[in-house]
Amino acid sequence: MEKKIRILIGKPGLDGHDRGAKVIAAALRDAGFEVIYTGLHQLSESIVEAAIQEDVDIIGLSILSGAHMTIFPKIIDLLKQKNAEHIIVIGGGIIPEEDIKKLIQMGVKRIFTPGAPTNEIVDYINSIIH
Amino acid sequence: MELLQRFLKGEKPAIARVITKIENGTDPKLLEDIFPHTGKAYYIGITGPPGAGKSSLVNAIVPKLLENNKKVGIIAVDPTSPFSGGALLGDRIRMNDLALNENVFIRSMATRGSLGGLATKTKDVALVLDAADMDYILIETVGVGQVELDIAQVCDTTVVVLVPESGDAIQAMKAGILEVADILVVNKGDRTGADRLILEMKFAFELRVHNTGWHYPILKTTAIENIGIDELVSTIKSHREYLEKSGELEIGRKKKLVIRVNELIEERIKTHLHDYVIDQKQLKKMIDKAYDRKITPHYITDEIAKKIF
Repeated sequence: MEKKIRILIGKPGLDGHDRGAKVIAAALRDAGFEVIYTGLHQLSESIVEAAIQEDVDIIGLSILSGAHMTIFPKIIDLLKQKNAEHIIVIGGGIIPEEDIKKLIQMGVKRIFTPGAPTNEIVDYINSIIH
Repeated sequence: MELLQRFLKGEKPAIARVITKIENGTDPKLLEDIFPHTGKAYYIGITGPPGAGKSSLVNAIVPKLLENNKKVGIIAVDPTSPFSGGALLGDRIRMNDLALNENVFIRSMATRGSLGGLATKTKDVALVLDAADMDYILIETVGVGQVELDIAQVCDTTVVVLVPESGDAIQAMKAGILEVADILVVNKGDRTGADRLILEMKFAFELRVHNTGWHYPILKTTAIENIGIDELVSTIKSHREYLEKSGELEIGRKKKLVIRVNELIEERIKTHLHDYVIDQKQLKKMIDKAYDRKITPHYITDEIAKKIF
């Protein structure tokens, strides 16, 4: 059987706006990926633990609360602590240009901002996994 | 070899990776290596229609199963789209209370084409969790209708979950889902119609031919409020006790092994037929003829069968 791309879509922190995460999850499902959707208000620790147990290739985080400079580094750090640095972290949300640069330096692979077409995200994932 | 050692030490990333390898069928020898370590866990199946509250019930009963330092492995199955091949696995949303418990391992699986309520590899993945020293393995099926009964071929105790909206007892008396229930649960028990459904189910169960000493209990729960959960867990435990004392556990597990071997033989024959016996080009030509109504599908089958028998 061919290897399926598995991706966890999570919403860490306190913002309750999950429309974006759901749109992405559905688009990735339709692209043939196995999407583990963990729901709202997730602790960074739960997201990392779930990603490890589900053996996903990618974690995709949706953050609209402004807490991205806290949460992304925390996830990257937890992945390191748990020897799971092979899991790629990407994200989406309302994130300013200058923060995106810093996040990429910290180890986030790519940030998508509002308006990114879903097929661009799908193509991107296919390109980094295959 | 290193992966196997880390696996046997109980490291979660190693357990997760072994599951992936088994699920993708990329390392057939791995199953040989882990199989001697299996057979200790007790298998509990949770099945029922979509939205009955299967994941919420799992979330409610697992804390009770964890008592006395026990470990629980959970396999949550959701459907793969037959159109895209993708899947949205959302059972974890209801299992948040368990996510960080170190004695719990949760794995979501997509059915990947299987139609019996489980994924093709669920049985093998359950073996992985068994070998990983879990005391209980909980398998939650996709939302099922009437005929997806694979769960009973894996689990020692099968719990069927219905809700007041599931329909009347005639629905349940049709062949299928009730026949695999060792325990029947009416969840969302606070809703109108719950008591009536329980009464009708009691009647339906009485009509069922019982050839065992087990009495097929019907319980009422409200999973999200933790109501009826103690009783459900103690009923699961008394079913286990019954199976162990009566010898049915061993008989049942041997039957399951027979079913598994038959399945694997069928799988292998299918692959062999597809890859080596059936000439796909020739088949395509014959299909064209059948489309023009010159030959029948049965004739084509005979032609292919000649190569085997």
